[in-house]
Parts: sequence; C-alpha cells; structure tokens
Amino acid sequence: MTEPMLTVNNLVKHFPVREYRGVFPTTLQTRAVDGVSFDISAGQTLGLVGESGCGKTTTGRLITRLLEPGEGQIIFAGTDISHLKEKALRPHRRDLQIIFQDPFSSLNPRHTVGTILTTPLQVHGLAKGKERERVQELLELVGLNPEHVNRYPNEFSGGQRQRIGIARALAVEPKLIVADEPVSALDVSIQAQVMNLMGKLRRELNLAFMFIAHDLGVVRHFCDDVAVMYLGKIVEMGSRDQIYGAPQHPYTQALLSAAPDLNVVRGVPPKERIRLVGDVPSPINPPSGCRFRTRCWKAQDICSQQEPLLEPKAPAGDPLSAQHTIACHFPEVKSHLVAEVID
Amino acid sequence: MTTPTSPIQDTAVLGRSAPVRHSTTSTHLLEVTDLKVQFPTADGLVSAVSGMSYSVDLGKTMAIVGESGSGKSVSSLAVLGLHNPKRTLMSGSIKLDGTEIIGLSEDKLRRLRSNVAAMIFQDPQSALHPFYKVGDQIAEAYSEHHDVSKAKARARAVEMLDRVGIPNPLRRSKQYPHEFSGGMRQRAMIALGLVNDPKLLIADEPTTALDVTVQAQILDLLNDLQKEFGSAIVLITHDLAVVAEVADDVLVMYGGRCVESGTVHEVLAAPRHPYTWGLLSSVPTLGSEGTELHAIRGAPPSLISLPTGCSFHPRCDFASRVPEGLCSSVLPELSPRPGQSEHPIRCHLTTPADIYEDEVASTIG
Repeated sequence: MTEPMLTVNNLVKHFPVREYRGVFPTTLQTRAVDGVSFDISAGQTLGLVGESGCGKTTTGRLITRLLEPGEGQIIFAGTDISHLKEKALRPHRRDLQIIFQDPFSSLNPRHTVGTILTTPLQVHGLAKGKERERVQELLELVGLNPEHVNRYPNEFSGGQRQRIGIARALAVEPKLIVADEPVSALDVSIQAQVMNLMGKLRRELNLAFMFIAHDLGVVRHFCDDVAVMYLGKIVEMGSRDQIYGAPQHPYTQALLSAAPDLNVVRGVPPKERIRLVGDVPSPINPPSGCRFRTRCWKAQDICSQQEPLLEPKAPAGDPLSAQHTIACHFPEVKSHLVAEVID
Repeated sequence: MTTPTSPIQDTAVLGRSAPVRHSTTSTHLLEVTDLKVQFPTADGLVSAVSGMSYSVDLGKTMAIVGESGSGKSVSSLAVLGLHNPKRTLMSGSIKLDGTEIIGLSEDKLRRLRSNVAAMIFQDPQSALHPFYKVGDQIAEAYSEHHDVSKAKARARAVEMLDRVGIPNPLRRSKQYPHEFSGGMRQRAMIALGLVNDPKLLIADEPTTALDVTVQAQILDLLNDLQKEFGSAIVLITHDLAVVAEVADDVLVMYGGRCVESGTVHEVLAAPRHPYTWGLLSSVPTLGSEGTELHAIRGAPPSLISLPTGCSFHPRCDFASRVPEGLCSSVLPELSPRPGQSEHPIRCHLTTPADIYEDEVASTIG
C-alpha cells in the first residue's frame, strides 16, 4: 500500500491568552487544536467540518505551516515538515497550497491580477521567461478573461476574486490544496460555479484537497471522506456515506439533524430533530474526559472521567468499517438524519 | 411619553397570557404596493427596488429570497423608514397596520419602530451598541414606548432575556455584548426586537453568521415566539433550506423585482421561474455528490444598468424559447398563468410547468 501524501499525527496548537482578572495577570492557553490525526492520499478529498471554534481553520493553517505546531507531526510526501525553517520549507510549499475564505481580504488590493499570479511563479522559479503565457493559461483554467490581467482585485466580483485565489493556488502545480471555507462568502449560484470549477480541476489535475467548511451539504457534495471536529478534537471520521448515512457520534448526529432541509416541502417525512442545549464550552477550559459531554444527552459518569479514543467501533474484520472511527463511549447508529427524497 | 399603541394591555410587567392579536384595519398587517427605491450616486442611479408588491398577515411568515444585489434588504429597510430621505428616491406605498410609511415624518416613524414593527439584523455584533450593557439597551427600547420606572424597564429586559432562552438572565443583563457568544448575541437582538410586542418582526439574514446548531435553536425560538406573540415575520434570506423549514409564503427577488411569489410549497416544490429553478439546482443535495451542479451562468446584474426587458434574460437557459426576442425587449408582467402556474411569475414563457416537469425537475435534488 502506498504511503499517504499527508500524515498528521497528534497535532497540537495552543494559543496563549493573557488574563487580567484577579491580583496578578496570568497566561491561559486556548487549546485550539488538541491532538488531531489523519491521513490524506493523492487525489483524495477530506472534508473537515465543525462549528466556530472547533479548530478546523487552525488545523488548515498548521498543515500549510502558516503556523508552527506546538506538538505532533506533519509528514508531507515523506518529509517531516513540522518544524522546518522557512528556507527548508520553501520547496514543500510548492506542493501544498491554500485557498482562503474571504475573497476580499486574501488578495493584495495593490497588485494587479497579473502580479498576484506571477509572484508564486517567481518565488519558485517556474515558467522562467514564459510567465505571461502561464498567467494567461491560469486565468483561462479558472474561467476568467485573460484580457483582465492588468485589473485590480476591486474590479472583480466576489466569485471572480475567489477564482483568482484558486488560480494563484494552482500556479505552482500543487499536489494538495487546503481550501478553507472557499465558498462560504459567495452567493448560492456563484457557489455552485466555483464548486464545479474545483471539481473539474480536481479530476483533471488529480489534486488532493482538505476541504474545511461548516456547510454540510457542500462538504457532502465535494468530499470522499469527512472528519468532524469539536473543541480541538476529531470526534468522528469516515467515508462520506458512513458519516452522512450512519453517523454514530452524538455531535455528528446533532449537526446533521440541525441542518435545515429543502426537501421538507416535497412531502418528505421530517427527520429526527436533535436540539443541543447551551453553547460550546470555552477552548481555554474544555470539559474533562469527553469534551462534548456537557451538551450530550447520553453523558454518564465515565464520560467525565475518561476521554474516549477515536477508534473503530464496528466488529473487527470488516475493512470498510475500520475506516469509520468514533470517539465516544456510547456510539449508536442513527440513520435518516438526512431526509431522503422519495421519487 | 407616548401612550402604548400595542393592543396588549400592559397592566403588569410580568405574567401576561397569550394575546389575541387584531390588526387595526381589516386588511393585511403589511401591504407593500409597487415599491420603488432608488439611490442617486456619482456612478449613476442605482435602482435597488423597481416595483415590488406583497402583503403579510399576523401569525404568518413571509420569506424574501434573493442573492446579493437583489434588493431584498433595501426593501425591508424601507418598511421601517430606515433610508435617509435626503439620499433616497422612494415611490409606491407601504402600509403598516394601516399607516402609510413613505413620506411619514421621522417623529411618527419613531413611534412605530420597535412598537409596531421591529427589525433584527444579520450581524448582532454591529447591531448591539458595544458601549452599553445589553440589559440597558433592551430597557431603553422598552421605556421609549412605555411610561414606566427604570426598575420596571430593567425587569422587563431581564424577562425578555429569559424569554429568549439566555441562562442567568439577570447576570447577563449587566454584561456587554462582547461578553456574549454569537448565538447569545442574536438572541439578545431578538429580545430587543420583541420587547415591545411588535406586530411585525423583520429578520434580515438572522442566522447566516451562525453555526448550524445555533441556527436551529434560533429558528425554533422565532417559531415559538411567533406562536406566543402572534406576530408576523418577514424573513430575508438566501438559504432556501431555511425557507423550506420556516416560511409560509415566499417571494423570490432578482434585480430589484419580484420574479416569483406564492406559498412555500408552490415556489419550492413547484417553481415556475427559471431563476428559481437555477437557485434550487445550485444547492447540493443528496445524490448530487461528485456530479456537476447545474449552476446559473454569469453574474447578478448591476443595479445601475439593468438589462433591458427581463433582467434575468442574459443568464436564462430558456430565453431562446420565447419567440420574437421578447425577453430582451419587454419586461414581463408579474402574473399567474392559468393552467401552467397558479402563482404569479414574471416571465414570458408560456409553458413553464411543462418545461419544469420535463427538463428541470430532474436536476433538482
């Protein structure tokens, strides 16, 4: 079996927070990512879902080394890039690119599109002498007019700017792209255009993706596999069908249940409603044992004493089920959380 | 102080029973007729809303659906008279509980705002004042319309925070907005909007910025409050799934005009306008995994230079089926097509039901 392109082992990242309550100021730690492990193979798409503050964006930034991990390893194409310095990291950056969420702040407003797309080529010494042609090629690849190469970002719409962001990521011919909420800021019809573009490029260029999003429908559409995050940890991970069709972790079930469904107008029987009570606890002081226990309807004593490990719960021997891992003391399959259209 | 115009008698701050709501006129609570809103700018006249008509009744939820630049937010701000009269050209009629809003003095508008109609916005961070405690903001809204002591107003604020499901309401009322989480801030904004029992609540993308589990809680809350207070809700959103779950009626906007309207069942399960078809097929659904979504080509139009004829025609896959190039020259009327569409659509197609059944339905979910 070939080695996965990206292996992440027990990744940890804490951010210090200065507290001024009380007599002496203290430093607390926001445990943004607190022990996350997964693999991504060539051409695979892994979706990372979760709500605000779960650590998914931080995970994306750690993998692309926009942040340095506190603990844990990031192994990309056989090399441990976890703590490499910028010079040693540079050649790997070519293969690991990122697309950001906000099409308005992720492009330098004072650079033309041409400059934005030429810079990565220059940094990595690519297409020497042929930068112009390559930029034209890239613009066409993402469905933009090559004649607009001298325009500034503010002359483009949100959807077009996101296409520029995609072109920039593709400029260096990466192997893996971390897409951090790439379509959340776009209108629904433009979302579909950009999603189609990303799907096409993925097929044509055999790209691997780590797709970070909170929109469950978009993730299901695009991703082969899905990992669900809560308060800095992965609580459930498996194939798309396993996660959407037979989720076992109560948080995954609550997420799926909470998503509003268009099909209720077509006489589809409404799905089971699970309503979580309360807000997400603070990542500075997460609950002991299982972090989800404060909002979980199944919580028992063991949940506060022992943190559940992320592991397969199915009977041993079934290779497919081994792929589906859940971090829960009381996993239970619930289907029909995604309403199905009856033809 | 102004006397309360709410039909609920405020004899006690606490412990009211479910009210029986009556509109003071025998027609609709909100009646918008041929509304036009334009902004003269240096680049040209922006026609944000170009003729919009709809009505909403007590106890019902109307969803206004559209994308950026469709005019949905601008039309709702107009209902509350929130546009600057010096910089806005408005025509048409907005009748709120029998009172004409267009042209009404700021003084009179003030008496209606929060009292008869209230609005909650997308970003609670910017709608709540960062320098004032949450409880004080709600109390202020209450004492603007009711002649009560400060203590009573503060008690009312705590009661509202409790009513919207915020735990420890007394403690929370003494906190600042930044000490609340996103979901709680939105609840606080709902408390602020409902403190004076308005007959109409306009919610402009109230859950777009929230996580899906919090969104579910907020939508449940609005539903419960609507049942309890009997208010009408106008929900502005681009999320069709939310519309399916909470709305009674739907109005689809494009380029500042209504292009389709009807009950939620009519518009989402039996849509008859190509733009609505496009919106529905843009949404990824069960079964669409790995396939191409049927996206609407092109981009929304500029409100300064709307296309001639039907504003949607440059992006419409079906414009070629209409003879004589009608779509690019004549603006269609908003009307039902007996036999093909029981609810009004703004389109030149003569057989939208057939086209939908034969060609479009399979691309949607």
